Amino acid sequence: MELIFELSCPGRTAADISRSDVPELNIASLIDQKYLRGDLDLPEISELDLVRHYTNLSRRNFGVDLGFYPLGSCTMKYNPKVNENVAAFPEFTGLHPYAPDEWAQGNLQLMYTMQKLLSHVFGMADFTLQPAAGAHGELTGMMMIKKYFEQKAEKRRLVLIPDAAHGTNPASGALCGFETVMLRSNAEGGVDIEHLESLMTEDVAALMLTNPNTLGLFERNIEQVAAIVHGKGGLLYGDGANANAFLGKTRPGDQGFDVIQLNLHKTFSTPHGGGGPGSGPVGVGPRLLDFLPVPRIVKKDQGYHWSENYPHSIGRVRAFYGNFNVVVKAYAYIRSLGAEGLTRATELAVLNANYIKEKLKPHFDLPYDRVCMHECVFSGKRQVAENGVHTSDIAKRLIDFGYHPPTIYFPLIVPEAIMIEPTETESKETLDRFCDAMIAIAKESKENPQRVKDAPQSTPVGRLDDVLAARKPDVCWKKI
Amino acid sequence: MDYCPHTSDDIAQMLLTLGVGRVEELFADIPEKFRLKKIPDIPPALSEQETVALMKMIGARNQLPRLTLTGAGAYAHYIPAVVSHLVGRAEFYTAYTPYQAEISQGILQAIYEYQTMIAHLTGTQIANASMYDGASAMAEAAVLCGKMSNRTKILIARSVHPEYRQVVATYAWANGYEILEIPNAPTGQIDMDALAARIDEDTSAVLIQSPNFFGCIEDVAPIADAAHACGALLVAGFTDGTSLGILKPAGACGADFVVGEGQSFGNPLHYGGPYLGIFAAQEKYLRRIPGRLAGATVDKNGRRGFVLTLQTREQHIRREKATSNICSNEALCALAAGVYLAALGKNLRKLALLNVYKAQYLKARLLQMPGWAECFSSPVYNEFTVFCPDAQTVNEKLKKEGIIGGYELATDYPELESALVFCVTEMVSKDDMDQIIRILK
Repeated sequence: MELIFELSCPGRTAADISRSDVPELNIASLIDQKYLRGDLDLPEISELDLVRHYTNLSRRNFGVDLGFYPLGSCTMKYNPKVNENVAAFPEFTGLHPYAPDEWAQGNLQLMYTMQKLLSHVFGMADFTLQPAAGAHGELTGMMMIKKYFEQKAEKRRLVLIPDAAHGTNPASGALCGFETVMLRSNAEGGVDIEHLESLMTEDVAALMLTNPNTLGLFERNIEQVAAIVHGKGGLLYGDGANANAFLGKTRPGDQGFDVIQLNLHKTFSTPHGGGGPGSGPVGVGPRLLDFLPVPRIVKKDQGYHWSENYPHSIGRVRAFYGNFNVVVKAYAYIRSLGAEGLTRATELAVLNANYIKEKLKPHFDLPYDRVCMHECVFSGKRQVAENGVHTSDIAKRLIDFGYHPPTIYFPLIVPEAIMIEPTETESKETLDRFCDAMIAIAKESKENPQRVKDAPQSTPVGRLDDVLAARKPDVCWKKI
Repeated sequence: MDYCPHTSDDIAQMLLTLGVGRVEELFADIPEKFRLKKIPDIPPALSEQETVALMKMIGARNQLPRLTLTGAGAYAHYIPAVVSHLVGRAEFYTAYTPYQAEISQGILQAIYEYQTMIAHLTGTQIANASMYDGASAMAEAAVLCGKMSNRTKILIARSVHPEYRQVVATYAWANGYEILEIPNAPTGQIDMDALAARIDEDTSAVLIQSPNFFGCIEDVAPIADAAHACGALLVAGFTDGTSLGILKPAGACGADFVVGEGQSFGNPLHYGGPYLGIFAAQEKYLRRIPGRLAGATVDKNGRRGFVLTLQTREQHIRREKATSNICSNEALCALAAGVYLAALGKNLRKLALLNVYKAQYLKARLLQMPGWAECFSSPVYNEFTVFCPDAQTVNEKLKKEGIIGGYELATDYPELESALVFCVTEMVSKDDMDQIIRILK
């Protein structure tokens, strides 16, 4: 498809500017020439051409509204339309962040209530809604842990991270000046307790744990894990990326987690937007309350207002108050589901994942054959060994069957990993058809492996040359 | 409302496949003592109609202003109708990160086009797919400068947005860097003597904004020279992105990184978010910058296509060695920015000029009133700082008429008591401004 720049034709525009109703001054008399730019090389497009360009681009994009999107660890559930509608109310979109608090009482009430609702759901003392995404929430959580030990005048250098963790975990720890130490998984896919005991010293600030972990397995020994970490004065950090597995069934706060970050765009159904905006609220237990980012909302008789008066706070992690409009959608979602609805969603997410696991088990290697939570992880090892077909080939072939591929090659401890997360909003028929496609591909891998390796055939472009893209980077178009 | 399609028959059949009697058995791994019977204190479910009614009621507790005269990092601009229509296509907004390039060409190409437009606007050669917001983009640039140089000191102009300075301070503290502020000269621009006095061989970066928080346009080139003379890098932010329609971008004046808030480009005020952080850089930093990058390549038949590229910089590959932990971007906001910029095209210059004319009109009218005076002499874009008899009284008067007044500087700059920063965009008409003067008289 042509680039917008290639469609450009001098003299056209898709947006006119109102005529000035004030005197048009001589710009050079106001702003010295040295501060002014010469060229302004933006595309010149008519409105219809602009609309067609982006509409045609959208047709080359796959979203949840087009089909099944079982991208593990990303919780690609249906994004209810009503949430888009309510978040677009001008009352929510139109306020400046520095509007007087009296004029923002609806927004403040919504955010304050959201913090309370999340606290009830996760069993935490309080939440901040400021972080813009899950990884941003992780960073915020780790900063609070750093501050906690600073306040206690304890120097702790290390953070423990399981080998199955998301890549953001070690990066978030490192950006707070911690050294990360890898914690082994045991044969069941859980924390290796002996290894944890040997690593957990008074030099360890925290264990960053995802529960259920990235294999989709719940940590059975969570009580023991928490006791070991707390026994040495350390804190337990929870990565809430997998929260869709347990809402209404258990609460991280009750299990001993001191801090947890969420992803509203996963668990609470807000759209992923092609890679954002998300929202990454962070919940804390009593130990970390004082360190939450500022500003915080205070409720008084006369209403809600922002307060900066928290001397031990880590400060701000972004300007203003967070991705407010995303929070509006998640709030509407929680209120429309209620406690029972959230629990039912969890149960059916877990049922769907186990159903896929059972149906595909005969056809793909299942490294950890246990009841899973909201996602299951297969390995394409057998297909590689027997047919020379890799997980990436299977993923690309799924595209031809009309599906978005699962997450692949993650977690790193499973070779040729295929990580499938169906979510609760998919019907049994959808799961059956998807499993049929996976089984057909397993069969095809044996009978006609080249066909799988040549996939996808149905897309506007074939497999793209990643190596060329990295070797000769072209990240901005240049006029030839 | 229940979005799950499962009938009781479906559930029964699925359980049969699993050889399990009850759904509850699937949660057996959760230790009994941590099992929850019911989430406490969550109100009961609502129908769709009830949800809409509830949200209407909450929204009604807000009061929308008739006019907004505060900018300070968030700008009220007119958004052409095409923007929401195109960004509202579900193929875009219900997708995730384009890891599977063949079925994500839409967002990948749109991001590539966005990167191209941003690099051009900022006077640099490259831009990433966007960061969380302007403040965190500046903080990430500061941390990157520290990591690249192994130097521990960061200088930041006091005329940078107060909240941006706080975010930079948070990130710097976490990474063990020291922050020093550079005051402004009486002109409103950075005090070059103070900069010269404080910069040294341990300085990794100088952070400025132009236009700055007071609205003043900085003379970027000499600041870049001063930074480079000490081996430090210049991170230049901006306030309102539409200023780039007429102002010479910092990237063309020697800045190494240009960062800032992209909200002005087609994104509503949204009470502070979601916005998008613009992150642009000179080409030599391509393999060091944080965040996602869309890149052009070809498929096996030689057809042009786009992928996420240079991922070896990123946390999911480099893990603890990555210079940033950022994972996602603000793709949909960047899409809106791309559509907005493509819609305006060269009219961005016209829009910028209109903003200048309007701001000059209000400024001139305010300065005619007794007790009002210009605070700084430097040229401005659409924000300007003025002294007035009493900032709080002025804003109270405007508030009574449904107008958000100027930003009161006294809290963040005690030395500028009774100073207000006003912002005038194309959303404010001459009649509005004449009325403002009548209210204040």
